Amino acid sequence: MNLRRRQLLKEWGLTSPSLLWLCFFFLLPTLIIFAISFKPSDPLGGVGDGWTLQTILALRNPNYPEIIGRTLWMSALTTVITLVLSVPIAYHIARSKPWKRDLMLLLTVVPFWTSFLIRIFAWKAVLHPDGLLKKALVFCQLISPESLLLYRPGTVLMVMIYTELPFAILPLYAAVEKFDFGLIDAAMDLGAGKLRAYLSIFIPGIRNGLLSACLMVLIPCIGSYVIPDVVGGIDSMMIGNVIAQRTFVDRNLPHASALAAVMTIVMFLPLLYFLKGKKQEDGTATPAREVV
Amino acid sequence: MIKKSKIPGILTWLVLLFFYLPILLLVVNSFNASRTGGNWGGFTLKWYAQLFTAREIWNALINSLLVAFFATLISTLLGTTAAIALHRYKGKLQNMHYCLVYVPLVVPEILLGISLLLFFVALQVELGLPTMIMAHVTFCVSYVAMAVLARLQDFDQALLEASRDLGANTWYTTRKVLLPIIFPGIVAGGLLAFTLSIDDFVISFFVAGPGSTTLPIQIYSMIRRGSMPLINALSSILLAVTFLIILVIQWISKNQEKKEKT
Repeated sequence: MNLRRRQLLKEWGLTSPSLLWLCFFFLLPTLIIFAISFKPSDPLGGVGDGWTLQTILALRNPNYPEIIGRTLWMSALTTVITLVLSVPIAYHIARSKPWKRDLMLLLTVVPFWTSFLIRIFAWKAVLHPDGLLKKALVFCQLISPESLLLYRPGTVLMVMIYTELPFAILPLYAAVEKFDFGLIDAAMDLGAGKLRAYLSIFIPGIRNGLLSACLMVLIPCIGSYVIPDVVGGIDSMMIGNVIAQRTFVDRNLPHASALAAVMTIVMFLPLLYFLKGKKQEDGTATPAREVV
Repeated sequence: MIKKSKIPGILTWLVLLFFYLPILLLVVNSFNASRTGGNWGGFTLKWYAQLFTAREIWNALINSLLVAFFATLISTLLGTTAAIALHRYKGKLQNMHYCLVYVPLVVPEILLGISLLLFFVALQVELGLPTMIMAHVTFCVSYVAMAVLARLQDFDQALLEASRDLGANTWYTTRKVLLPIIFPGIVAGGLLAFTLSIDDFVISFFVAGPGSTTLPIQIYSMIRRGSMPLINALSSILLAVTFLIILVIQWISKNQEKKEKT
């Protein structure tokens, strides 16, 4: 009994620093989002006293369904395109010679380490009306000199794919590397066509990697804010931009909070589904693990 | 043997080119005397010279380094104890612990930012460098914990048993066997925390107060105000620093591998 208690005390000693920190600075603030959604705003830009349903009712803003719809649509589209591009890339990297494989992995990881803001800014410079790409396209007569490359929904989509690709390639690579390619040979020896063998053996074989990559891309996309803000225009606003606008421009914190609560709910559904699947077989890749 | 298709290879190199082309153009343009970057106006270092006289950039750099230093220190400590606990114990408590460590890795930054802002406002804490450090520790802990955990899962568990069988107590085993083995994981996690903290914009932007402008916040306001060549120069310096850090990490892990083989 005494030994058990000492054991428990040791476990708590090691667990409590991070557990308490995360409860205090992560769990509690997340719960606070929901609480403040029922608070009125005050004219000084803080949170008023008392409780109200006004903030929640203000979410019936006629622009919101469109913005939420766009956020989900853009995120889904980014995820699908990113995954379709990443599967053959992960496949190629995993099946290359060791030195080539290490080089390509390093080249994939480096953007993960470089500043997100700088990479987006680099695109802004490339697509700028006086920039190189515009000049080249006009020169080849592919676009007219008046057309804009920046501030369009397509631009936002492209830059989102650009920033998310490494997050999909790395978990997929981890999955492809573990896949036993003898199974493909076996399927083909048994008379399956190449396409059939890949679709019904390879794709289910890397299912966990696909799921993990999907989550790694989809969730940050739903929360996008900087990309639509820097390279997007008024017709590419996403929920993240509205949250920032309510926080910094209108200084209506309860309203921003209610929107964040909506985003949390939207985001937790795929996450819960994933965590449930994850518990059964541990060891799915997170980008952090791949990088280190 | 299956005949290899050329398409995945071509696609891979095209995407890698797509990764680096904008960055490359940015570095080239930082030496371009022409303001807009659409044409080459001759080689110049004047944007770099202008950077050195910009007082607000130096202030932002000092703030960034301060925040990153403390955030790395605290999150490395918390992340390492978290990883050891997660590795050593199993049960309900650790399942909950794992969830709390894992979820911040996938939550969008904007949600972490707004929730921490509301949290500080609700507690009536004044925003500034201390709140910024607390926010950074919160998202760095999980990354450090995952890095150390990966290392813990890789090494031979029998070493710990051997140490205990030879009469060492838990504390001695931890200090003399466990810590040296997971040290590369701790270093890698710490470096990861440092770069994440230095690079973070979204969360910092939400919890920044007057006088706690960090480098990414400064860059963002420069992007808005549109002094493009200056940002090119600043970004190129930051990219060079990042590449240097990556090289150091590569070098450490290569050395480690060699040591473990012999």
